[in-house]
Amino acid sequence: MINQSLATLSQMLAEKQVSSVELTQTFLDRIDTLNPDINAYIALDQDKTLAQAQAADARIAAGNALPLTGIPIAQKDIFCAKGWQTTCGSKMLENFIAPYDAHVISQFDAVGAVNLGKTNMDEFAMGSSNETSYFGGVKNPWDLTRVPGGSSGGSAAAVAARLCAAATGTDTGGSIRQPASLCGFTGLKPTYGVVSRYGMIAFASSLDQAGPMAKSAEDCALMMNVMAGFDERDSTSLNRKKEDYSRYLNQPVSGLPLAGLKIGLPKEYFAEGLDAAVAKVVMDAVAEYKKLGAEVIEISLPNTGLSIPVYYVLAPAEASSNLSRYDGVRYGHRADQYADLMEMYCKSRAEGFGAEVKRRILIGTYVLSAGYYDAYYLKAQQIRRLIAQDFVEAFKRCDVIVGPAAPSTAFKAGEKVDDPVAMYLQDIYTISTNLAGLPGMSVPAGFAQANDGVPLPVGLQIIGNYFDEARMLNVAHQYQRVTDWHTRMPDLTAIEGVA
Amino acid sequence: MEWEVVIGLETHAQLQTNTKIFSGASTAFGAEPNTQACEVSIALPGVLPVLNKEAVHCAIKFGLAVNAEIAPRSVFARKNYFYPDLPKGYQISQYELPVVGKGAVTIQVPAAGKNPAYEKVVNITRAHLEEDAGKSVHGAVEGMSGIDLNRAGTPLLEIVTEPDMRSAAEAVAYAKKLHELVQWIGICDGNMQEGSFRCDVNVSVRPKGSDKLGTRREIKNLNSFRFMQQAIEYETRWQIETLEDGGTIHQATVLFNPDTGETRAMRSKEEANDYRYFPDPDLLPLEITEADKAQVKLLMPELPSAMKARFEAEYGLTNYDAATLTASRALADYFVATVNAGAEAKPAANWTMGAISAKLNAEEKSLADSPVTAVQLASLLKRIADNTISNNAAKQVFEAMWNGEGEVDAIIEAKGLKQVSDTGAIEAIIDEVLAANQAMVEEFKAGKEKAFNALVGQAMKASKGKANPAQVNEILKTKLGA
Amino acid sequence: MALSTDDIKKIAHLARIEVSDDEAQATLAKLTGIMGLIEQMQAVDTQGIAPMSHSQDVVQRLRDDVVNKTNQREAFQQIAPVLGNGSAERAVDHGLYLVPKVIE
Repeated sequence: MINQSLATLSQMLAEKQVSSVELTQTFLDRIDTLNPDINAYIALDQDKTLAQAQAADARIAAGNALPLTGIPIAQKDIFCAKGWQTTCGSKMLENFIAPYDAHVISQFDAVGAVNLGKTNMDEFAMGSSNETSYFGGVKNPWDLTRVPGGSSGGSAAAVAARLCAAATGTDTGGSIRQPASLCGFTGLKPTYGVVSRYGMIAFASSLDQAGPMAKSAEDCALMMNVMAGFDERDSTSLNRKKEDYSRYLNQPVSGLPLAGLKIGLPKEYFAEGLDAAVAKVVMDAVAEYKKLGAEVIEISLPNTGLSIPVYYVLAPAEASSNLSRYDGVRYGHRADQYADLMEMYCKSRAEGFGAEVKRRILIGTYVLSAGYYDAYYLKAQQIRRLIAQDFVEAFKRCDVIVGPAAPSTAFKAGEKVDDPVAMYLQDIYTISTNLAGLPGMSVPAGFAQANDGVPLPVGLQIIGNYFDEARMLNVAHQYQRVTDWHTRMPDLTAIEGVA
Repeated sequence: MEWEVVIGLETHAQLQTNTKIFSGASTAFGAEPNTQACEVSIALPGVLPVLNKEAVHCAIKFGLAVNAEIAPRSVFARKNYFYPDLPKGYQISQYELPVVGKGAVTIQVPAAGKNPAYEKVVNITRAHLEEDAGKSVHGAVEGMSGIDLNRAGTPLLEIVTEPDMRSAAEAVAYAKKLHELVQWIGICDGNMQEGSFRCDVNVSVRPKGSDKLGTRREIKNLNSFRFMQQAIEYETRWQIETLEDGGTIHQATVLFNPDTGETRAMRSKEEANDYRYFPDPDLLPLEITEADKAQVKLLMPELPSAMKARFEAEYGLTNYDAATLTASRALADYFVATVNAGAEAKPAANWTMGAISAKLNAEEKSLADSPVTAVQLASLLKRIADNTISNNAAKQVFEAMWNGEGEVDAIIEAKGLKQVSDTGAIEAIIDEVLAANQAMVEEFKAGKEKAFNALVGQAMKASKGKANPAQVNEILKTKLGA
Repeated sequence: MALSTDDIKKIAHLARIEVSDDEAQATLAKLTGIMGLIEQMQAVDTQGIAPMSHSQDVVQRLRDDVVNKTNQREAFQQIAPVLGNGSAERAVDHGLYLVPKVIE
């Protein structure tokens, strides 16, 4: 059951083969067994979760069910959920019980989905390995000595280990796609503005975007149908017509399913820095696409290399300001001992934030400070435009862009923790889409052997033009119809057996 | 050495909206602490701002009123600093691209001593939209401050002038003019006690004739015009004395203490601020089209400058009278109502600016509370015009009306103030006066003009002030063969 | 531009984060590396390129001026921080958030 698609689970619920309470309990039991080792969840609340499952069962019985009614979904702990501990992976918010719902949470509530729990994440979404979480690192279910990627590492591990039917994530520089690649499942970062940011704890406001993390493109499409939509409480939410993200998936095809599709391979994504084994998996997937009828051309995104420096100016700048509200005055951590206001601020923030968050606040503060704004912030915004223009040019020549989602497979816990620059390079292929505001996804494309012989998942990144999510999902879906990488599950019998 | 003071103002006008600038929380004054502090006002994690349309309309109205450029595209920026009444750790304001650009207001500086009144143009540098902070309440708990965020997020228009003013009187005249203007166009209630209209005054001094600006000190949060006058005068003296004693002025933020009449530097603002402004990524550029402006223009009342010109043309008022009457919307309305009730324009203007204003000032009342309505004033002026009463008698009638003793005609009747215009009766009085004052008659005939006035005085006295003075003059002239 | 520990302390003060001398030293090494990465930008000629703040060319939407928030003080103050300095009470009193005395 835990391995079924959302559509199948929905059908099973509709046909009363299983109740939402039973389904939910199955996942809760599995979490009970596996979470102590994987650490995917920060907050669980069985009573709340099961109450939602019961309500969903009533709704199904009443014949008012929607596709995700009764489906247990894991929520990244970046979304405020009323009555739930909402920590954003930080000691600063360890005791923060959100008094309101994020838009994403209310969207899931409205369709009767079940909130299974809040998943672990890098602190304030700053990290690529989930090791910056105050609540401890998350283990990659494919190899517990490795990281799941980040920042949506808890959701990633939960999806990979089948500790939820699907999960939400957020992606500021790759935080959905890189963990999706490292944990072997399908994750989509939509076009900026498609999913409301209201109630999603801000990291870098102009880049943050929530999206689905699920077993397949089909599941991601169903998740998108719930998550996407205009929200008047977010000024950057785009007022567009509601769309059905599944609409292309099951259209009858005559001939090759992707005939006429032009795929661009950016040469910069295959340059130095890309693990050879990863490159091979990606090229095998490209070959598969040719078989599906796609035409493959080489393109260039010449400013790719600059995306990291630009990102590490803009994201910390916005973050340094976004995180100023954590001052110990109205909620969150306040130092236990302080002599005056200044000390209260400085100690509360020094104690409440972890090392990586502090580093980024300091970088952001520095690049915005008097005398440096033009050289750093303004310059980065100018190069941001160059990066976005690269994509405009590229999409004149192709329909989707394909390449690796991450330069390597999952690395060992602790391996990069003391080398921020090496860690930052994890997002080299994902950051530029955030800067441009484009949608991107990672799709399981096979496995590459690590040095120690462990086979680890590799993700294929698909980047689409603005608002082209439905087409991207179909491009992924057609691949998933002829491959089975997305159905592979890590072997967790060792820890399952212990329990 | 002769010194010159240079003054510029930054005024924060709270905009008259129902809700906050970036959230739907109420802006009503006086609620219990933090009961109007919604999740956006207290900056819970994850909340986002959405701009209030009415606040934008207020800014457009102001721009139109001071003839300013209204930016087709302006940008909200974050001003970053930590303060307990600033829940986000930044204030959403406008920095590089404000909504209102360069404009100007014309002020009337009143006469002082032997210096006559004069007009002056004060240039507006810019006006921008921003959010207000909360309030710190002291003394509730020993050693602690209490933070009330009801005010946090209230829309403000910050109006900045060029350093165009050269005296406390000019600064106060500008502040009063602006205070009236924002109320006139309905964007601010002008309540200075409640903090709806707050002025920060930048003061510097320099040797007269120099064109270099001195180092300025900023007097914060002045909440009355009287304090503003005192604060600027004190600050100017202090700066001049400091320089004359060989000291230097350091840029500082100072507070005015009304009890001592002195200014002192604020301790909390001593360290240099670095506000790290950058465009707020949660908000998009604010676009204002010609159509938006035209729509707002339709909602605008006639502006003071237009009304002043109309008063001169339509009512034949002098520049000074028209300016004085249009210095306040209430005064202008009162004048127009008086004229519409049948009074002649010139006396209506004189009485509105004179007797009415003097009484209101003396009793610290506003026109809305005037015991004498425009209609009542008009009926009084009509009685002067039709010679029922003299100007002097009118003053008595006015006093009585002010004190609630009834309507004009009833008071004239009750006090017997009706003017005597019956030629026969006046002749009889004059005959008596001439008979009793032969010596004066002789003096007049001997060429002493003054004696004539004395005789008029005697005749008026004999009539107990009720005789029509013009008639007395005329009849006396005839009788004396002058 | 080379950073110093003094710079780190100055920035940390602006950001209201307490740093010890040791922390400043450790942070300096890491920030220097990151700033080295950032400096790559300086090689790019950006003359005449408009800065990009938002990925979509859209303008601010305006909200009608209608009150839609109710008093939630009680709920919001239930999550107020603990006062500290020996008190386990929440840092609120008579509806006000309590902070060390603000000096003007």
